[in-house]
Amino acid sequence: MMRLTAGIGALMRHREAGNFVMIVLLAIVVGLIQPRFLTLETLRNVMLAIPLILIAAMGQMMVIIARHVDLSMGSILGFSAIVAGMMFRDMPDVPILIGVLVAILVGAGLGFLNGAIVTLFGLPSIIVTLGTLSLYRGFVFLISNSRQVDPQFIPRALIQMSQTSPILGIPWLVIIAFLTALASYLFLDHMRLGRQIYALGSNPSAAPLRGIRVVPVTLLVFTLSGALAGLAGVMYAARFGYVNPGITGVGFEFTVIASVVIGGVSINGGVGTVLGTILGVILLGMVNVALPLLGVSEFWQSAILGAVIIVALLIDRSVRISGQQALAAERSAR
Amino acid sequence: MTPVGSPKPVDALDSAGQQPTATVSAPQSGREFAPARPIWQVLLIRPETVTLALLIGAIIVGSQLSRFFLDISYILESSTLYSEYSIVALMLTLVIISGEIDLSPASMMALSACVFASVFQAGAPIWLAILASFACGLAMGAFNAILVIGFRLPSIIVTIGTLTLYRGLAQVLAGDRSISHFPDWFVGIDYREILDVPVPVILFTVAAIIVGLFLGMTIPGRQIYQIGTNEIAARHAGIRVQRIKAGLFVGMGLVASLAGLITASRLASVRYDMATGGELQMVLMVMLGGTYIFGGRGTILGTFLASWLLVIIATGMTVANIVVTSQLIVMGVLLITSIIATNAIYARSQR
Repeated sequence: MMRLTAGIGALMRHREAGNFVMIVLLAIVVGLIQPRFLTLETLRNVMLAIPLILIAAMGQMMVIIARHVDLSMGSILGFSAIVAGMMFRDMPDVPILIGVLVAILVGAGLGFLNGAIVTLFGLPSIIVTLGTLSLYRGFVFLISNSRQVDPQFIPRALIQMSQTSPILGIPWLVIIAFLTALASYLFLDHMRLGRQIYALGSNPSAAPLRGIRVVPVTLLVFTLSGALAGLAGVMYAARFGYVNPGITGVGFEFTVIASVVIGGVSINGGVGTVLGTILGVILLGMVNVALPLLGVSEFWQSAILGAVIIVALLIDRSVRISGQQALAAERSAR
Repeated sequence: MTPVGSPKPVDALDSAGQQPTATVSAPQSGREFAPARPIWQVLLIRPETVTLALLIGAIIVGSQLSRFFLDISYILESSTLYSEYSIVALMLTLVIISGEIDLSPASMMALSACVFASVFQAGAPIWLAILASFACGLAMGAFNAILVIGFRLPSIIVTIGTLTLYRGLAQVLAGDRSISHFPDWFVGIDYREILDVPVPVILFTVAAIIVGLFLGMTIPGRQIYQIGTNEIAARHAGIRVQRIKAGLFVGMGLVASLAGLITASRLASVRYDMATGGELQMVLMVMLGGTYIFGGRGTILGTFLASWLLVIIATGMTVANIVVTSQLIVMGVLLITSIIATNAIYARSQR
């Protein structure tokens, strides 16, 4: 049993490569069964399924690398979306960019509050964000009076962002998502603060000894996660053209967590890359687009999501074990 | 005839592991110890006391809001809305004391109820359907246990995965239909009364006594505290940590399917989205009852009082015409403040 899991682990050690192979395999298999899958139309559908999740996944990835979890993401998304939507409705002259900025700021504020409660009282983030998941959703209903922001109030230019494109027919939404990912990559891989997030997550008790200021870094991670959820919120309005207090962002956190863990981000903190997360998001997006084409009922989506999370956790574990064994073998060889 | 103030079998003192009896007095006096804290102080800094005080406070505030509030039969009636969650929260208390957590019980309720309804709809006799529902609960609990104990994955994330998985399977099974037409004797458990007390409330009270006795009086029950306080030490002391933890997760599955059946009977129909978001209220009951989120401390008495507190608060909000959506805010704030308060109390009693 141990040897088997370790063997799989050795195969999956390079998670990016493994995920890439999975994506290609999935495309070939689904394409063989249903040739309609291998068309530009599918590529477009996959591209449009990705941006929202990708943007939020960048935030959730940082939180998980820091050995925390943000369950309130869907509610933050909903709150930012409703604030932006109501602003567009009640103040039609406001430029879109201001709306986007407000959504990001509102999200950052809620994320900061998460981080403040977690750091100030030393509480487990999962319970705190389970509480704020409910709290922020309550705010959404409260501020909107439980009323939907209808499509006619969302600015046309914003909705067109999922259709029009500056280059190569790639919609604006997708470009924004990949710019966000690029920025996250530069931050996590090339800035001191970004590296400190990894150090904090791989060993929270050693981090202060290395001169990492745990509280500010944790606050920053939660704030960024909230801000990105806020950006995803205004993108939701652009993609779907309406904001509904009872629908927008409900259950979103599970999709995001699933794509982050399948992208190879370890739930034990300290491990994970932007590229891996992007591939995880693409893989999950492809599965979701492929299912209806294969004639699988949409009712299966949530079950598959749950199965994906569990499989990803098991892979993560075998990777860890095989890594430890490789390390031990190296030591004994020396 | 209200169970609000009914005496509990568990001794109030026997729960928190160590008692904060002796503290070092003045530093210069070296090894001398201050006298033990008087009983009333020990009692005062227990989290259950806070829960009880809040409960009394909530009753007083509620009776100020409306003169119809202090109608015991009304409170008992509205408490049947929560007794499913309360029963699961009792079991969840044990899981959290052991240092783990299970976020999937609401989904387990839905899936086992959907299994029950589907088997019944397929023409099987109802006892077989009930059996199938418990088998499903057993299987789901065992699956959680295998992942958490067999594969040593953190229960927090595992049960987020199974939360999604079980809810998804319920959706696969039931689609978006609502299954009903159960026999008359099965439907409407919340309207059945014994001595003017609705059956779900009696079930909850009996369950609280059984679980409380198990936790407080039996060897495996006491060992749960040791596991939660220091798992490695517990293992070295010869406690079968894995077996006990696995038992708790399997127990969660069984209790969740019981709760699912009660809900099916109360609503007279089953849908895949039954008890959506219920995990929040269950965790809230446990936290509000003063169970320590990091494990090792907590009592069934606390959870028992806390679920009544929640019933009173929810009833009070309904009586005061506070809309259901604002209740989300109250639940969220309560959850966060209760863990902050419990942590502060335990930090104080540890000094």
